[in-house]
Amino acid sequence: MKVGVCIKRVPGSDSRISVTDAESGPDLSGVGWEVNPYDSFAIEAAIQLQEASIASDVVVFSVCGADGDAKIRDALAMGKKGQSGASKAVRLDDPAFEGSDSLGIARILAAAMSKEGVDIVLAGRQSIDGDSSQVPAMMAEILGWPSVCEVTDLEVSPGKVKAWRQVGGGKREVVELPTPCVITTDKGLNTPRYPTLPGIMMAKRKPIEVLDAAALGLDPGSVGAAAAHVSIGNWSPPPERPPGRMLEGDTASVVSELITLLRDEAKVL
Amino acid sequence: MSNGILVVCEHENGTPKKTAYELLSKARELSASLGGDVSALLIGASTTEMLGEYGAATVYTVEGADFDAGGPGAWVSAMSAAIAAANPAVVLGSTSDRTRAAFPRLAARIGAGMASDCTELFVDGGAIVARRPMYAGKASAEVRFSSDVALVTARPNSFPGATASGSAVGSTPLDAQLSDLDAAVKIVGLEEPKSAVVDLAEASRIVSGGRPVDSAENFDALIRPLAAAMGATAGASRAAVDSGFAPHSEQVGQTGKVVNPSLYIACAISGAIQHLAGMRTSRVIVAINKNPDAPIFEHATYGIVGDIFEVVPALADEARKQGISA
Repeated sequence: MKVGVCIKRVPGSDSRISVTDAESGPDLSGVGWEVNPYDSFAIEAAIQLQEASIASDVVVFSVCGADGDAKIRDALAMGKKGQSGASKAVRLDDPAFEGSDSLGIARILAAAMSKEGVDIVLAGRQSIDGDSSQVPAMMAEILGWPSVCEVTDLEVSPGKVKAWRQVGGGKREVVELPTPCVITTDKGLNTPRYPTLPGIMMAKRKPIEVLDAAALGLDPGSVGAAAAHVSIGNWSPPPERPPGRMLEGDTASVVSELITLLRDEAKVL
Repeated sequence: MSNGILVVCEHENGTPKKTAYELLSKARELSASLGGDVSALLIGASTTEMLGEYGAATVYTVEGADFDAGGPGAWVSAMSAAIAAANPAVVLGSTSDRTRAAFPRLAARIGAGMASDCTELFVDGGAIVARRPMYAGKASAEVRFSSDVALVTARPNSFPGATASGSAVGSTPLDAQLSDLDAAVKIVGLEEPKSAVVDLAEASRIVSGGRPVDSAENFDALIRPLAAAMGATAGASRAAVDSGFAPHSEQVGQTGKVVNPSLYIACAISGAIQHLAGMRTSRVIVAINKNPDAPIFEHATYGIVGDIFEVVPALADEARKQGISA
């Protein structure tokens, strides 16, 4: 069984994002990049399936330019030297992909999964830049495969997946679905391993194939800005909060004052 | 020509959720300038009366064994049937585990643009415009649509103050059939938590604890009783969850839940950027922290510099004394 893992490089979660221009969006020139943290759960899950001899091969996919290769190598470096880890990566890169909306990105990834012949796609539940949580389920629909989102426990057997996912009120839903399928991973599924030095050395020699629209058999008109159904603009930083008030005095008086303020001034009780 | 707004209403055992009323009320306001009717869709229930009072002119229902469990394929199939019946310009749902699974599949099926987890909606030039946070709330932007149908999910509690002004309506049952693809995901079980809790993402009051709480026992002895006394749901910082004081389902922040309550009480939470990402849109923020320089105070509506082991039990006692209710 071949497992495909989708990754995206994103600004690190501790990055400061500044919006200097309402139309061009945030200035990302100074941020530190990392593999989207939810995608790390997907890579770890794939490697665990490989170590359990359920997955025969793991391939990493990313829609990005050559500047994304460093983070692709980070993903390739996970696993045990000579025993597990992705065998290669596929970078989906074409000027025609510029300006794609989620559906365009999903079309690109779906075409790549078909071309590579994967049986299960694992991807993070959302990327922490766009925060849309759309691409994996869209990819599944385009492929005509079922999907399960936000999985915190997973059992894979030939032809079948059993998955647990958090739903409202602390409940966990248990679902079963056949392969091929798309699964999105949530925190709690596993603890991603750190790459080892031998893993990092090995990752440098793993191939990163580059595929463009023609290689994928994609109509360039079905992706990119011209095919997008949504446009994004008028960026702004988060609204400023009015300055707060510090409550001072002994414990008994501040807690009493707080309850009064919450009830009578803020009217939230 | 597509026209009007279809609101996909969620329910708990047949009773529509608060989010359903929020969205219907907002849809009614938007439809005044967008034009067209407001319709509602209930999947796996037929308790329609109140939905009419909050703004739905028509309430479509889809019921049956295939639909009652609410799997993603059932939702896509039911929503497709409702779109065929209502021909809406906008399909509006609430951000949830259901909509995250189903709305993107629907978007791909019908070739529609989608905006997730929006916090503002308005009409400009006769078309819907959505504003949504990105980069975990460090920035936001407007989304405009060029497809016939716009799919939108909205963050719970974004449109407070839902009011009933219409009249009850009956149900318009729709006949929807599951394709093999839509029937492929089977829900085979539902594991209940030890105690029933309000979904953090939809909670209107939250009390959260950070790492200085120091143990799961202290979390149960300090944070949960304050939450109970305030009629609130308990939450935790990533540091507290990673230390094992609270389950991951209670984590607020960038790799946990994004919450939007009217009241958020942060107990011994310093205010790391990843935590702020999950709660910065809270209407009122209370910070209780020993360190007067903790960044959380820059975001707090009310701040108390003090030891949580002293302030939190005193606050819980005061809330009980003053008879605070949910």
